[in-house]
Amino acid sequence: MMILGTDPLLSGNVDLTVVLIVLMKVGIAFVFLLVAVMLMIWFERKLISDMQNRIGPSVAGPWGILQTLADGIKLFFKEDLIPERSDRFVFKLAPYLSLIPAFLVFAIVPIGGDFRNDNGGVVTWFGRETLVQVADPPIGVLFFLAMSSIAVYGVMLAGWSSGSKYPLLGAVRSSAQMISYEAALGLSIATVFLMSGTLSTNGIVSGQSTWNWNLVTTGVVPFIIFVIAGTAELNRPPFDLVEAEQELVGGFHTEYSALRFALFFLAEFMNVITMSAIAVTLFLGGPNGPILIEAIPWIWPPIWFFLKVGVFLFVFVWLRATLPRLRYDQLMDLGWKVLIPASLGWFLLIAALNIANDQGWQSWIVILVGLTAISVGALALMAAIRKAKMQRASQAFEEAN
Amino acid sequence: MELAVFIICSAIVLSGALGVLIANNPVHAALFLVETLFGIAVLFILLDATFLAAVQVVVYAGAIVILFLFVIMLLGVDRADDLGIEPISGQRPLTIVIGSSILGLMLTTLLISVSGPTGTSTSVSEVSLGGTNTKNLGGTLFHDHLFAVELTALLLTVAIVGAIALARRLKGPLQPIPILETTNDERPSPEDNGDVE
Repeated sequence: MMILGTDPLLSGNVDLTVVLIVLMKVGIAFVFLLVAVMLMIWFERKLISDMQNRIGPSVAGPWGILQTLADGIKLFFKEDLIPERSDRFVFKLAPYLSLIPAFLVFAIVPIGGDFRNDNGGVVTWFGRETLVQVADPPIGVLFFLAMSSIAVYGVMLAGWSSGSKYPLLGAVRSSAQMISYEAALGLSIATVFLMSGTLSTNGIVSGQSTWNWNLVTTGVVPFIIFVIAGTAELNRPPFDLVEAEQELVGGFHTEYSALRFALFFLAEFMNVITMSAIAVTLFLGGPNGPILIEAIPWIWPPIWFFLKVGVFLFVFVWLRATLPRLRYDQLMDLGWKVLIPASLGWFLLIAALNIANDQGWQSWIVILVGLTAISVGALALMAAIRKAKMQRASQAFEEAN
Repeated sequence: MELAVFIICSAIVLSGALGVLIANNPVHAALFLVETLFGIAVLFILLDATFLAAVQVVVYAGAIVILFLFVIMLLGVDRADDLGIEPISGQRPLTIVIGSSILGLMLTTLLISVSGPTGTSTSVSEVSLGGTNTKNLGGTLFHDHLFAVELTALLLTVAIVGAIALARRLKGPLQPIPILETTNDERPSPEDNGDVE
């Protein structure tokens, strides 16, 4: 079966050791995610308190680090309410549709491994060669896109099945937002595919092993688009219209309480962590980094990986503390009229450069022609939008009189 | 192993398809459709067509059914429909006749065919052609059958332009769509129907 991909562990005989190694990897990924979510919630609350001149959680454990655990236990023992007008089965199903994709995405992220000298991230555990990721499917990052499109169901069905108006409004908003930004997200990832020539996460990370991170080779623009679209995909501020308290109470999970609410909360923060991990894998070289102490070389890749992920987590919290929420029409304008055309244009430019490399054309001419074409297209688009706005305004004026 | 996966997936696909037909609530029917699409995605993986499996999930389960759900929720038809009404008279008997004749045709083909019902099996898998699945598919689509792909793209563009032309309301002398006087405000307008289908 090719689905498990290029992991050398599974290409030979599958015996008990192999099964145990795979189980161990799954267990590590599972526990790691749960602990990371716990720390992330604490980190976010603590950091945002600092940014707002407050103290934040400080009672449970040292520096309040066990606050999330206490909250989790509280939610676990609370009464579980199901609204009378809800669709009971779908209402119970929805939190799991959010949570399971969040868990699964992390399976394709390489969190360590030896990528020096074209080694391809292979390490030896218990006498077996393997990759430091749960699975390396040939469709690689497409798996991430597939899972994030499944996660939309959790939000949408939760809102619909609650049988109440605010959750429904929140759900429609959020699914429209997630679908719109998924397009920009996919297009920005496509430039990475063009540069590395593979879909597999292991291949993408291997291609960045000599400091030639995709952040630079794809020309920064796709990275910026990825981060913006990713923030919107996560429903994080400034794109958190989904849970705009002033308008929608709690958004799609207004009617959820106790354990089911905790599952949504867990999924949300887990998505933040996996999105950061995917961004690091795609653009920042994954676990690649200098080996500082040669005596313990295996410990450095995970350290670099977690440091890079930590930077992203910090930025997400920073954005939340800094930026005000967008209006809904601004959100849709940014997605459809700025990010998607920009990522499409950049994609074409990178494709043209690739062909120029193959054919031996002058690359600066290609860049010049490409940028001119993109700016002409952008100007035409802006003119069209402006014209439409003027027309609508004059129409509204006529109607008013 | 392969047989077991095939049987389980077929069961999932078929039960989902039955569910789409039987479910009273349109939202439940859409969810059963997702179940069917997932089963098909796993069957694609079984055939080593991993890229198609991913596309199946991203495009069909992730976008198209979501749009179905959107329309169902926004139009407010998410309660059980009255199935007693027959919009076109003679629809039900006709369905039985056509459905059973198609089933009969398929069964006959299955029974009398020598080299399998779909002819000799071909494959775009990595084993048979060399190179990865995605590369082979890309080469086939954008090299061997480029003209057909471009034509399809043109068709889709025309469809989008048409949908926009139907959906916008023009003031002044240009009025492409006569505004229909609907008696019931609850009914979806004809423009909406055009978007959905």
